[in-house]
Amino acid sequence: MATKSLLARKKLMAKAEEQLKFLSNGIFNNELPTFKNQLEKINDFPLKPKSLEILQLNLGYMCNQVCEHCHVDAGPDRKEIMTKDTMLQCLEVIKSTSAHTLDLTGGAPEMNPNFRWFVKEAAKLGVKDFIVRSNLTIIRANKKYYDLPQFFKKHNVHVVSSMPHWTRGKTDKQRGEGVFDKSIKALQELNAVGYGMPNSKLKLDLVYNPSGAFLPSNQEALEQDFKIALKEDFGIEFNSLFTITNLPISRYLDYLIASNNYEDYMYKLVDAYNPAAVKNVMCRNTLSVSWDGWLYDCDFNQMLEMKVNSRIQHIKDYNEDQLQDRTICISQHCYGCTAGAGSSCQGSVV
Amino acid sequence: MSDSYYDPKDLRKFPKITEWSEEVGTKFFDYYGKVFEKGALSEREKSLIALAVSHVVKCPYCIDAYTQDGLQRGITKEEMMEAVHAGAAIESGATLVHATQMMKKYDKLSH
Repeated sequence: MATKSLLARKKLMAKAEEQLKFLSNGIFNNELPTFKNQLEKINDFPLKPKSLEILQLNLGYMCNQVCEHCHVDAGPDRKEIMTKDTMLQCLEVIKSTSAHTLDLTGGAPEMNPNFRWFVKEAAKLGVKDFIVRSNLTIIRANKKYYDLPQFFKKHNVHVVSSMPHWTRGKTDKQRGEGVFDKSIKALQELNAVGYGMPNSKLKLDLVYNPSGAFLPSNQEALEQDFKIALKEDFGIEFNSLFTITNLPISRYLDYLIASNNYEDYMYKLVDAYNPAAVKNVMCRNTLSVSWDGWLYDCDFNQMLEMKVNSRIQHIKDYNEDQLQDRTICISQHCYGCTAGAGSSCQGSVV
Repeated sequence: MSDSYYDPKDLRKFPKITEWSEEVGTKFFDYYGKVFEKGALSEREKSLIALAVSHVVKCPYCIDAYTQDGLQRGITKEEMMEAVHAGAAIESGATLVHATQMMKKYDKLSH
């Protein structure tokens, strides 16, 4: 398993333009329909936003883990971190946005030196659902993070954490040696302060993404399996499981190409394309803000450096009415959000 | 024409069999879909049964399909291998149980 990002290893797929070039050629030249072709068939091209519900802020690409399928290409060697100035600009937007959900992600957002300050300030603004995407192991990575469960509780943060499987082998293979044991310990600590417990208001959701070149199965059935296994083996409780399809970008795209799975995977995504999922894809109700304040339709477009198609492209110039009038940028990676029951940061969408 | 009897890409063409015989083809796929719905057995249990049978009938398309289906359902490799052994045990048992016929015949024909 790699210990450095694609960027640090100077891999071709670290570059957004190379990824987009790759995704637009090969089998999409004549064998398979492009995502644009599919939208045209259902008269949904160009794709337009619906009302804004989620503001997702990426606090930086630094992470204590180097997961095999990370679409951010995050890792300890990534130095891109949101500054306090940009955070102040975000806070101004949060005050006036119509979005009801604030979603902090990374990398490991907790590694941003201003993370706690920002959470305290944002929590004061009365956001309905305040999500922090925590990779769990960060809670056990260093003493300075040990009190994160109490900190999250104090600010009524909704914790959403990645957990690729209920077994050690599968989890460690995707996320690194020792990740499973640390994640279990962190989940138990979150449970201990009330997260995910029956009748508790503190929400703890898990995110499942397949550890290989296959699609996720039915979200409810997997949630049931996770609940039984984690409860029986470790006494762990949680609220919901979100299944997320791996999108063919960044480290996952690199893995698909290296393992000779790229074409088969794209065929799977195209075969599983579900027009009904287009209605609820997350780019239609989300805005994604990068560590340096640029605006994107979603976190995936952020990684592909496809800024919003609007005159307003930076948080400092934020104007929600103008942004809502934009058209959404698409490429073949979008098939990942429309396969089967669909996929989003909140799980399936159909 | 491919110079191999089995081409993994042909699995995607399976639904096309209805083009040459629509009524029974459609009935087969309706039946197939219904069989694998959740019933007294879970979809997960049915997936493991299908994987075991795929090996017994030695269908490479089915093995590909139900290995992937198992992965999607979070079925572990240990569970998959146990299912294949269950199928293999029945298959070898079906061979070995015929040994009683051999023994019976041997005894009848021998002093």
